[in-house]
Amino acid sequence: MSLDHAIDILLLAFMAVIALAVVRLRDLFGVAMLFSVFSLLSAGVFTIMDAADVAFTEAAVGAGISTILMLATLTRTAREEKPNVSRNPALPLIVVSITGAMLVFGTSDIPRFGDPQAPVHQHVAPRYIEDSPSEIGIPNMVTSVLASYRGYDTLGETTVIFTAGVAVMALLGMRRTRRRNGQRKDTD
Amino acid sequence: MLHHTVLRVIAKLLVPVILLFALYVQFHGEYSPGGGFQAGVIFASGIILYALVFGLDDTMRALPPGVLKILSASGVLLYAGVGLDTLLLGGNYLDYDWLADSPTHGQHLGIFLVELGVGITVASTMLLLYYAFTGREQGQ
Repeated sequence: MSLDHAIDILLLAFMAVIALAVVRLRDLFGVAMLFSVFSLLSAGVFTIMDAADVAFTEAAVGAGISTILMLATLTRTAREEKPNVSRNPALPLIVVSITGAMLVFGTSDIPRFGDPQAPVHQHVAPRYIEDSPSEIGIPNMVTSVLASYRGYDTLGETTVIFTAGVAVMALLGMRRTRRRNGQRKDTD
Repeated sequence: MLHHTVLRVIAKLLVPVILLFALYVQFHGEYSPGGGFQAGVIFASGIILYALVFGLDDTMRALPPGVLKILSASGVLLYAGVGLDTLLLGGNYLDYDWLADSPTHGQHLGIFLVELGVGITVASTMLLLYYAFTGREQGQ
């Protein structure tokens, strides 16, 4: 067993433990922190898979800013999860078991990791890898695919982020009671 | 917030480094992992660290929500504007080959500009989200 496999198993085992802890825990502050650790571990898994850009994004967005936003939301709501009042756990258990079994069954069709015959490596990837140095001329092919070959997608993603910001502004607004010169003042 | 001396000193040391690292990730994304999305998030988290330690009021005075709203829209506009520019120069939408004298120079310039647009939008939107979530009294 190579070192990569050992690290893989360790990381995935940690992730499984943390996922179980998230389900069991009632303290939402702890849950937010565990989510952050979960994201950091998956960033580690992506690094092992040589997907440095994805790992970078996962660490910055998943472990960093979304944890802060979750904690900020927690200050607005309750700190403890309400106890579960559902009487019959059988039906949810059956649904989850069937879904899980189907997902596991589905993975048997997925090509092995790094398989050169996998459809994703047969389609446009070879063209990007061969022509990116001469067509775009920058060393990081991820950037050349993201910003140039797939420029429309990235424009769409940027618009999605902008739209999400607009939606939050519309729902929550910027109203803030600010104390200045001893008097409370409503600013918009 | 006035008595956490260690936190304040460490934050004062860290915030400039985080912002500088964000700029590095932004402008070095063509050569190393990173790009507009990551840089924007890192930039925003540097400011958020400042807001956590020194209070939201000071942060909002330095970076008012109104300015951030304009910035978050102008990032998308910059991205879409590069596309319009390539249209006017005779190419297809977002075909950066037309931006400069040679195609690779055009690609470099185009990627630089659209990544900058992505970074501006992501950073300002993340900060706006943080303002919206924390800038309210309990129970509002």
